[in-house]
Amino acid sequence: MALTSLLSASDLDRRTAVELLDLAEEMATVAGREVKKLPALRGRTVVNLFFEDSTRTRISFEAAAKRLSADVINFAAKGSSVSKGESLQDTAQTLAAMGVDGVVVRHPGSGAPHRLAQAGWLEAPIINAGDGTHEHPTQALLDAFTLRRVLHGEPASGAAGTGADGKDLAGATVMIVGDVLHSRVARSNVRTLHTLGASVVLVAPATLLPWGVESWPCQVRYDLDEAIAEFAPDAVMMLRIQLERMHQAFFPNAREYTRLWGLSAARLHALPADAWVMHPGPMNRGVEISAAAADSPRALVLDQVANGVAVRMATLYHLLTGEDSH
Amino acid sequence: MRQRTVLDEHEITRAVTRIAHEILEHNKGPQDLVLLGIPTRGVPLARRLAERIAGIEPGVDAEELTGSLDITMYRDDLRRSGRRKVHATSIPAAGIDDKTVVLVDDVLFSGRSIRAALDALAALGRPRAVRLAVLVDRGHRQYPIRADHVGKNLPTAASERVDVRLRETDAADGFTGDEVLITGGEE
Repeated sequence: MALTSLLSASDLDRRTAVELLDLAEEMATVAGREVKKLPALRGRTVVNLFFEDSTRTRISFEAAAKRLSADVINFAAKGSSVSKGESLQDTAQTLAAMGVDGVVVRHPGSGAPHRLAQAGWLEAPIINAGDGTHEHPTQALLDAFTLRRVLHGEPASGAAGTGADGKDLAGATVMIVGDVLHSRVARSNVRTLHTLGASVVLVAPATLLPWGVESWPCQVRYDLDEAIAEFAPDAVMMLRIQLERMHQAFFPNAREYTRLWGLSAARLHALPADAWVMHPGPMNRGVEISAAAADSPRALVLDQVANGVAVRMATLYHLLTGEDSH
Repeated sequence: MRQRTVLDEHEITRAVTRIAHEILEHNKGPQDLVLLGIPTRGVPLARRLAERIAGIEPGVDAEELTGSLDITMYRDDLRRSGRRKVHATSIPAAGIDDKTVVLVDDVLFSGRSIRAALDALAALGRPRAVRLAVLVDRGHRQYPIRADHVGKNLPTAASERVDVRLRETDAADGFTGDEVLITGGEE
């Protein structure tokens, strides 16, 4: 499948997804080398176009582009021409005039990266780094990469020199718990995990599930304790409760949420002994995840951060090299 | 299209054996030797060379001698050619610092792959010396690069194609043995 931009997790079929994970496995080895840099994108320019603050995602993409020797321009909407009223179109055309080779975009509006890729304002490949409550495909890829490593061992790609494709996540059960409604991470993860053969269970209060969730390729439960007993998951992914949404009556108060849907020490013990705990970060300790779970040896939170760079290197390499890129 | 076999299985085996002896002779033994194959077909060739060396020199473990060195990221045509699959790079546990590294490839042609391999190597460490072993040298160099160990020098026309088939990499395509083929060129 010829991938020209990465806008949604549904842009990836199984083969492309596995190829990206295998590529990320090679990218991960660069961190352990004497020279932590590859020359693959030398002389090319990547713009981080962030209309919404996200230091973690931006530095992850920045580190990835720099390890591939690309030049990086960071464009934050705050204090820029955007705050003076410049439209997405004018921003895009400005970047095109400067001659950029790839654009990483984070935007509060769902669909903004799609508009950027389709409108013909610029030819460069677009990578969606999170749009509104829609998608965050590289986060889903890094979660899949992290899971594949703990379930299949490192590296989980094909044996050296054989060129064989690596493994997928067939047979794994992953539970995603919390604010699915506002979570682009959940949306992208459900699709990616499904594409890779895992079965996905969403657990959330009914008020925090989006319309049409029954058409998603996953199962839905409302009670976390029952769901843990029913599915005995290989991994639990806790979603961040965004404190600014507390007053919107999705649930009565934070303490009740924690009691019913938080990953407490007791629920950590109720999980199978070999289950993994994931969180896209930043964590609200004591709200959706207890300190006991966040600091347990089963927690993969820091692995997820570390793997983010390798997965984003793979994505940039895949989109910015080859004759079908510009 | 005209196609002919220029090296058969026995000739390839003899060439590999001879190169193994040459490497040992030049290195005055197997100490501090690392064989790095360039994917795809350099990797099984490096492994065969290491096994041959282990057969000649007692106490040598072929596994500890061999690795693979992917050069995809270091190529000079990443923007022009189609997207290339990246292969694994694996270096023996002892590393390459102060070792004699023998790069192993199937065909030496323009020399661009070896140029890329030298860059890839420099990012991994600092070998004491780097040597080059190839199964076939077909000429038409575009870089000032030469091989130290050559299985067969093969004068070719630029329009011809040289293909190496090895049972480790090409069994799926119906090749049961090893051979080197030339395709095309003048009748």
